[in-house]
Amino acid sequence: MSTSETIPAGIPKCPTGIRGLDEITYGGLPRGRPTLICGGAGAGKTLLAMEFIVRGARDFGEPGVFVAFEENTDELAANVSSLGFDLPAMVEQQKLALDYVRIERSEIQEAGDYDLEGLFVRLAVAIDGIGAKRIVLDSLEALFAGLPNEAILRAELRRLFSWLKQRGLTAIITAEQGQGTLTRYGMEEYISDCVIFLDHRVADQIATRRLRIVKYRGSVHGTNEYPTMIDETGLSVLPISSLGLDYGVSNERIATGVAALDAMFGGQGYYRGSSILISGTAGTGKSSFAAAFADAACQRGERCLYLAYEESAAQIVRNMGSIGFDLQRWVDEGRLRFHAVRSTLFGLEQHLVTIHKLAAEFRPDCVVMDPVTNLNAVGGDAEITAMLTRVIDYLKQSGITAMFTSLTSAGLVIEQTDVGISSLMDTWQLLRQDDMAGERKRLLYVLKSRGMAHSSEVRQFRLTEEGIRLEEAQ
Amino acid sequence: MSRHPRAKEWELRLYIAGKTQRAVTAFENLQRICEEHLAGSYQIEIIDLLETPKLAKGDQIVAVPTLVRRLPEPVRKIIGDLSNTERVLVGLDIRPRGRTVTSGESHAGSHE
Repeated sequence: MSTSETIPAGIPKCPTGIRGLDEITYGGLPRGRPTLICGGAGAGKTLLAMEFIVRGARDFGEPGVFVAFEENTDELAANVSSLGFDLPAMVEQQKLALDYVRIERSEIQEAGDYDLEGLFVRLAVAIDGIGAKRIVLDSLEALFAGLPNEAILRAELRRLFSWLKQRGLTAIITAEQGQGTLTRYGMEEYISDCVIFLDHRVADQIATRRLRIVKYRGSVHGTNEYPTMIDETGLSVLPISSLGLDYGVSNERIATGVAALDAMFGGQGYYRGSSILISGTAGTGKSSFAAAFADAACQRGERCLYLAYEESAAQIVRNMGSIGFDLQRWVDEGRLRFHAVRSTLFGLEQHLVTIHKLAAEFRPDCVVMDPVTNLNAVGGDAEITAMLTRVIDYLKQSGITAMFTSLTSAGLVIEQTDVGISSLMDTWQLLRQDDMAGERKRLLYVLKSRGMAHSSEVRQFRLTEEGIRLEEAQ
Repeated sequence: MSRHPRAKEWELRLYIAGKTQRAVTAFENLQRICEEHLAGSYQIEIIDLLETPKLAKGDQIVAVPTLVRRLPEPVRKIIGDLSNTERVLVGLDIRPRGRTVTSGESHAGSHE
């Protein structure tokens, strides 16, 4: 075994330039070796491969050849033009070569022994023409459908991969997922250096994409299924769980937006960068506390991102106006940004990626997710907890204070319903309504707040035209 | 390399990559079959991809040897060393002349 195989750091890597992928592979694909990308139809194999070539040529100065067996070059160029990739221009500049290899089974008759030297010659022409360092074969499996003799094909594939290695090319080979196997024609037999699996599943009519590194010889790599998204900038992979519990903590305290509530937290409010959960049944005033929190942040001159999963931005602004919060003013000043979307529109991964992107773009100091329980519609409890873990890790890493509201069902023991996500939270505030002496009273108490003395009182509060009013403790 | 001066009804191209034994076998088989079935009305052009690699793209050559029937249309391709005469005839869409000719009989000597 060579030293490069025993020392992970010794393996040279070839960056893909794809967001997140280079992080979970610790630098990219194995340089000078073939990587297999497999997955079902529509999983994003061709896109990943194309980004590898385009970004390689554009951002890393490594010309690349894209050999397509299924789509012609015009189709390829059209498919990625929406990502801002101008393939014809790059071909013109000799940074990239596209070659469409068409194998039509119905036109071909086999009559005796043959080899694939014709393909080798074609690849050599394309590679040498631009001095390519990268190559994509998308997908070689088309050969199995197009050529009759599988024994010859398999021998020639082996020869092809060692030929590519000899030439020092970093290659991506794509292959269709088989029934119960990684690939339909067992391509994983030939490519042992790196295998990446792309998954695209639809559950309850909601599509989610994931990426997993099945193996990566001689290199450490993330082993999870990573949420993946395709948008107008291409593919992105979220390396969230690579984050550990090693973020810095702040001693700074920030206002809750309700003076009397600050007092319940030792007179100073929440910790900056902490996560706060507000649970309650319907109509207990969760969104009102969220609005108070957002309003306070904007008053301090900070920026707040408000992710609304139940109501439109306009409706929240109107409703909160009725209890004295002028949120529109902050929106106009650019301090408050609403992102209102029905949770059922996307899968959890997509929500996750959206939060990342919005946070990276808007750089908020505070984030509100109202309500996180609405995400129940698109995932099970375990999945939501996993996603929230990722969100919280990410926000904490960035020092962002986050407030989550959670709708609990009436009649259940409230402390139990949110037990899954509550362990992720630093502060847990409960709201409830009680009928007492013919009057419905709103009650609030702090169930926990890590790292600070906090009140154990149950306080009554009112929603007034001047905001949230806590009654004096009795 | 056999070229005929006048236009032929059958225009055939044989793609090879270097003068390998397989390439030679393919050419011999092709000539024999043509003489037997298409005498006087065919022309064969041999293209060695090691000498003119760029030509592989035009006829979408992947395997070698590949025989391409350019005329009569439609274009058809036969891959391999052409040792299976029956399949070559089917591939070229030539009706075999009677059953006296089999692939086992040697006509290799009847070059032009």
